[in-house]
Amino acid sequence: MEYILHPWPWYVSGPLIALVLLVLTLMGKRFGMSSNLRTFCTLCGAGKHSDFFKFDWKAQKWNVLVVIGVVVGGAIGHFFLSEGDTVAISSSSIAQLNDLGFQGAGNEYLPSELFGEMVIVDPKMLFYLVIGGFLVGFGARYAGGCTSGHAISGLSNLQLPSLIAVIGFFIGGLVMVHFLFPILF
Amino acid sequence: MVRSIAYVLIGIFFGIVLYKSEAASWFRIFEMFQFHSFHMYGIIGSAMGLGILQNQIIQRRKVKSFFGEEIIFAPKDPGFKRYMFGGILFGLGWALAGACPGPMYTLVGAGYWSILLVLASAIFGTYVYGIVRGKLPH
Repeated sequence: MEYILHPWPWYVSGPLIALVLLVLTLMGKRFGMSSNLRTFCTLCGAGKHSDFFKFDWKAQKWNVLVVIGVVVGGAIGHFFLSEGDTVAISSSSIAQLNDLGFQGAGNEYLPSELFGEMVIVDPKMLFYLVIGGFLVGFGARYAGGCTSGHAISGLSNLQLPSLIAVIGFFIGGLVMVHFLFPILF
Repeated sequence: MVRSIAYVLIGIFFGIVLYKSEAASWFRIFEMFQFHSFHMYGIIGSAMGLGILQNQIIQRRKVKSFFGEEIIFAPKDPGFKRYMFGGILFGLGWALAGACPGPMYTLVGAGYWSILLVLASAIFGTYVYGIVRGKLPH
C-alpha cells in the first residue's frame, strides 16, 4: 500500500498508460483526449456557427465517458491514494522556479501563484491561465491531436504527422519555458 | 451498458495514473522542458515503446477487437503545416498552463478549481479554431 501512496515512478506509469492504449485499441477505439473539447463545443450548439462542429457526437460518447472517468480518477488519486501532494522535482528546477517567483516549487503539486485561491485577484495570472488553456485547445485541434493522440497513440502507430506535431509541441514548450517565462513571470 | 461502464473504468484508471505519475503536475512539465529530469521522458517514452510493440503485434497477427471486429489503424491525413503550426501553439499552451487535456480533467477531479478556467479556455480555443480554420494553412 505504501508504494501506491507514494508518487509512481515512470517505469510504472508509462507501461500503465500503454495498458490504457491497449485496452482502448482492443475495444476498437482511438486514444485521444482533446477531441472531447470539440464534442463539448458541439453539445453547446457550436454547429450553428461552423460545420466543423456538425458531426455525429454520439459516436464520441464513449470518449466522454472516458473523460468522466478521468475526473473521478483524479479525485481518487488525490484524495485516497496520496499522502500529501508534493512533487519532488529536481533541485535545479526548484532553484530556477524560485528565481521566477514560484516559492512553492518542490513542495506542492501545482504552483499556488498560478492556481491558488489568490489568483482570483491577480489579473496577470488569470490572463496566463486563459491564454494557456486557449492555446492548448486551439493548437490541439489545429494539429489534430494532443499528447495522448499524437505523442502516445500516433507515434505508437508510427505516424509521421504525429512526429511532426510532437516536434512542434517541443518547439512551443521550449520557447515558452526558456524565452517567454523570464518575461512573463 | 457494460461497454459504457468499461469506458468509465478505463478513464478512472487513466486519471489515477495521470495524477500518481505527476504527469498532471505543472512542475513536471516545466522540468521536462528544462531537461532537468528523465521522469516525463520515461513516462512518454515507455508508453510509446510498448505502444509500438503492442500495435505491431495487433497488426501482424490481425488481432480482432474484444467484440470480434477488425481493428483499423486509420492513418492520419498527410501534411506538414497544420501539424507543425498547431503543434507549436499547443506546446506554448502546454508549457504555460502546465497541463494538456488529459491532466486538465484529472486536476478538476483533484479539486484544483482554477483548472476549470483553463479547461473552459481550451474549449473556447477549440471553438475559435472551428470558426477560423478555413483561413489557416493546413
